[in-house]
Amino acid sequence: MIPSTLEYTKASSIDEAVAAVAAGAVPLSGGQSLMPMMRLRLAAPHAIVDLSGIPELVGICEDEDEIAVGAMTIHREIAASELIRAHAGLVADAAGGIGSPQVRNRGTIGGSLGHADPHSDMPATLIAAGASVIAKGPNGERRILAEDLITTYLTTTLEPGEIITQVRIPKSDDHSAYAKFHRRAIDWTVVGVGVCIGDNGVRAAATGVADKPVRLSAFEAVLNGGGSLDDAIAKVAEGIEPHAGLDGSVEYKKHLLGVLARKAHGEASSR
Amino acid sequence: MGETITVTVNGTAHTAEVEPRTLLVHFLREQLNLTGTHIGCDTSTCGCCTVHVDGDAVLSCSTLAIQCDGREVRTVEGLQSEDGTLHPIQQAFHENHGLQCGYCTPGMMMAAVGIIEQQPNATDDEIRAALEGNLCRCTGYQNIVASIRAAADQMARS
Amino acid sequence: MAVDYTTQAAGGIGDAVLRKEDRKFVTGEGRYVDDLKLPGMLHAAFVRSPFGHARITSIDAAAALALPGVHAVLTHESLPVETGVLSASNPGGDVRHPEQAILVKEIARYVGEPVAMVIADDRYLARDGADLVHVEYDPLPVVVDAEKALEAGAPLVHAEYDSNLVKTLEHHTDGFDDAMAKASKVIKLRVDNQRLTPSAMETRGCIGDWQDATGEVTLYTSTQVAHFVRTFVSIVCGTSEAKVRVVTPDVGGGFGAKLNTYREEFAVCAASHAVGRPVKWIEDRTEAGVATIHGRAQVQYYEVGVTDEGKIVALKFDAIQNNGAYNMLLTPSISHLTLFMVPGLYDIQDISIRIRQAFTNTTPTDAYRGAGRPEATHGIERLMDAIADELGIDAAEIRRRNFIKPEQFPYSSATGLIYDSGSYDENLDAALELSDYAGFEARRAESEAKGKYRGIGLSTYVEVCGLAPSAVTAALGIGAPGWEHSTVRLHPTGKATVITGTSPHGQGHATSWSQITQTELGIPFEDVEVIHGDTAFQPYGLGTYGSRSLAVGGIALYRSLGKVREKARELAAHLLECSVDDMEWTGTAWQVKGSPDRSKTIQELAYAGWTSASLPEGIEPVLEATTFHDPPNFTFPSGTHVCEVEIDPDTGRIEILKYTAVDDCGNVINPLIVDGQVHGGIIQGLGQALFEETVYAEDGQMLTPTFVEYLVPSAADVPEMTLSRTTTPSPSNPLGVKGIGEAGTIGASAAIVNAAVDALSGLGVRHIEMPMQPARIWNVIQEAKS
Repeated sequence: MIPSTLEYTKASSIDEAVAAVAAGAVPLSGGQSLMPMMRLRLAAPHAIVDLSGIPELVGICEDEDEIAVGAMTIHREIAASELIRAHAGLVADAAGGIGSPQVRNRGTIGGSLGHADPHSDMPATLIAAGASVIAKGPNGERRILAEDLITTYLTTTLEPGEIITQVRIPKSDDHSAYAKFHRRAIDWTVVGVGVCIGDNGVRAAATGVADKPVRLSAFEAVLNGGGSLDDAIAKVAEGIEPHAGLDGSVEYKKHLLGVLARKAHGEASSR
Repeated sequence: MGETITVTVNGTAHTAEVEPRTLLVHFLREQLNLTGTHIGCDTSTCGCCTVHVDGDAVLSCSTLAIQCDGREVRTVEGLQSEDGTLHPIQQAFHENHGLQCGYCTPGMMMAAVGIIEQQPNATDDEIRAALEGNLCRCTGYQNIVASIRAAADQMARS
Repeated sequence: MAVDYTTQAAGGIGDAVLRKEDRKFVTGEGRYVDDLKLPGMLHAAFVRSPFGHARITSIDAAAALALPGVHAVLTHESLPVETGVLSASNPGGDVRHPEQAILVKEIARYVGEPVAMVIADDRYLARDGADLVHVEYDPLPVVVDAEKALEAGAPLVHAEYDSNLVKTLEHHTDGFDDAMAKASKVIKLRVDNQRLTPSAMETRGCIGDWQDATGEVTLYTSTQVAHFVRTFVSIVCGTSEAKVRVVTPDVGGGFGAKLNTYREEFAVCAASHAVGRPVKWIEDRTEAGVATIHGRAQVQYYEVGVTDEGKIVALKFDAIQNNGAYNMLLTPSISHLTLFMVPGLYDIQDISIRIRQAFTNTTPTDAYRGAGRPEATHGIERLMDAIADELGIDAAEIRRRNFIKPEQFPYSSATGLIYDSGSYDENLDAALELSDYAGFEARRAESEAKGKYRGIGLSTYVEVCGLAPSAVTAALGIGAPGWEHSTVRLHPTGKATVITGTSPHGQGHATSWSQITQTELGIPFEDVEVIHGDTAFQPYGLGTYGSRSLAVGGIALYRSLGKVREKARELAAHLLECSVDDMEWTGTAWQVKGSPDRSKTIQELAYAGWTSASLPEGIEPVLEATTFHDPPNFTFPSGTHVCEVEIDPDTGRIEILKYTAVDDCGNVINPLIVDGQVHGGIIQGLGQALFEETVYAEDGQMLTPTFVEYLVPSAADVPEMTLSRTTTPSPSNPLGVKGIGEAGTIGASAAIVNAAVDALSGLGVRHIEMPMQPARIWNVIQEAKS
């Protein structure tokens, strides 16, 4: 299939990109989600703005408290980053398993977040890690908690004209891991769970079990209240109602949530 | 609505006019007549269209040609030496019967070159894992894995 | 002529020679249909029905036609073609054969049926134009399930018939009722052989080029059957078959899906006629999910009568085949192949078979790798395990007790076939040994200790290959023969051109046919060029499918080589001035018996035949021969596959720990190619067992059109396989070959499902349907536990 006619601009600065998006263009980062949708004509933007020419959007660096990941940093770089591995292992886990090597060579962290697919791996791990995104728009820059970014299928709280410029991951000594289940290796994740275990307690989030990534609040509450892992697993699906699909029933996905929460918790604990 | 781009493909700079929506794979096939790169799906699942852009294996069906303005693209046609000597990956696919109908083969080999560069000592299981994005319907993959292992060994020796 | 294959130079029969086809493919110089450009060529895109069943009330093409670069929008009314029955399966017989318009006439009957065709300067504009064609539909009731389609009151797919029944195939032996009555136990099993999407990596595509001045039309198309296509193009487009040329460039896989004559192939020819320029159409993957035939889709009900010792005394098979909305080239014949193979490789003489074929509002089904035989094999092999389980007999032992024995060949099956040869115990013994079947229980215990379920499964199969003796196709009502053609032409320089009617698309015929030529005629492997897939070169060719190429086309070649060799013998005798009876063949030359100094190489004789300076009385110039070979019988490859799996009860994922296949395809021309066919075949069977299913919603919507929903496995999802072979040469042909293209697929699915059922047998699980995706396995485990 073939995309519809569109206008293309390549921004050389964040401001230029913001101006283009404010004028109605759709931001194109790695294109690994957007391009297939455009080819199937499920998306038909009349204009796109390519973010690949903005140097400050690429790269991983740190300050005292946070790791700053440029929105255009590709999954392969994130998976290979010692810094991310050291402070947020679950994010590296997730990045290393997205799509195929070809997809990881182009797909970006900002693109994953902005696309907001409910089966995407990256948002859930960033929520569990307590990360934030920096969004820049016509009215300036603001910080959004990853948890507050995605509202439903392919929908975010980004204002018109805003683009994600950076992801900020707290530097922590948490032990963390991401565990996911998929059918074929290349397939979208059926259910995935990211768990962070630290001095301030346990944080966990899941993908594939709702119209957006969700915090596993009941699971966290049991563990943070001193309860056992078994008790936490028993409550992991509380308040969560996954959608049945070709990849499994509601019951199956709720069950997988427990299996993967246990697996992620176990792997995090052993790190 | 045409835009002028310059893309270096297999070492040769090509300046051409493209529609912004032109996919890299169609640019290569239709405008440059480099038909070795194939299309197998609409969803970035099959890997038939794999080429290298600035040294990375990527899917040319989910990349716009215009995004490659000023970049270096390598396709299957750029694997062999100028004197016609096959690249070790090409030779290995031939010697290990790593292809049948040949349709997935260019993308498979371009992905394989990327795998070998990233993980020169990959085990069979690691090779299989890294091939997750390349589908073949003929070979059952056994001889493809053998081909990549053989090429990796050959490249390590030379 | 007996040739000692062990002493010949590399490149002859039996040698694992590397393929001569490979270089163009590894350098990107393969030429598939989408790689071809003709001067002035336009591009087509189709507007397809979004409804499973709907009446078209209007088509408005104005917006599309207004788009710059769009040349035409064609519909049923404006496309200059005939409508007709586009099927070779019993077209005039007792099969209900609704007419197919090339573009929908009034009523669309499945999602994806082509409604209109947009012709534009390039494929981008053609797609843009297609999106601008506005079609109004009036939806009609839909039925997608074949069993429901046969119920009273079901929506009628074709209103001109009083039901959705296409045809009923029946076969009953006289002694069946008595035999079943005497059985000490009757075991029943329902098996659903799910619908599959063939998924060749190259989708379909074609270019029609109609020359107005001469009326000649050339069609370049990705097909397995160029001549079938030519015949149908001439009928549909109303032109002389002699004016139609069909060219098959390199074909990126077929698996039966390109064993057909498709509406788009006729449409591009007719459109080229209409617009006066060549017209190309290349199928998108998403389009392929609905526009190219599907496979399988057969629900089976088994009832088997057995003795206490596990000997089968009577077998009843009642199945429903989902034909889809129309009959394609061989649709009604596919389940006939199932009928043939219902008893498998077991000595079952009392049998009762009924197969009802149904129309539904779905894409038509037709041949997909194995075509009817995998359905039969999967079912009977599931049934054998059910019997073993019921009687408490080992799965290998129950098969052994029922095998047709070597001394029974040639064996007359209850379904009317004559099995040529086989040694089923030998296959089984070898596979059990290789897979360490005896040591399995210890390994099961190891898995149990880890909290996992481990199982081992067998599949012992026989298949019918070498399609087909023309007398049989005629008896089945197929309006086409089963012979194959070859021509061998020696050039003055001693090189050879081999023209074959087979049409390879990955099978390596150029290599294998060169090997046969080297061995039989002494022309070196590298001096042989093989031409295929162009109707301008071949008198006729039936093409490549049904594991027929070697067993029929290869024998046609063998016979032409023999004719050339014999003609060369007469020429040699004449030139050496001795009698034909005094000549002996050295493998590369004719010589006077016992006198190596008096000989003529085949190359010398090729030159002499061409110069014609001195020919024997009654011999025409040039060493060339043509054969149309009609096989006297089918061939019957067989084998045993053993699969060992481990199931994770937490997720339901099945991991294949070990896969062993022992196949008997008769004599082998090239072991490298044979192994490759087995590898690929097994993984397609594995795809069916574990991943793949084409799913329709009740309302006729296709839920699995792309590779995101339709799960073709990758290298990361499949195991390494261990292969071995036994050999019982076929007595039906002089090379003793049988065929191997479909064996892997036929053998694999049951071995994998049997292993999974065995793994969960401790929970009381007796059967699992395919595909055994993790969610299904998890559900099976939960149900068994509750």
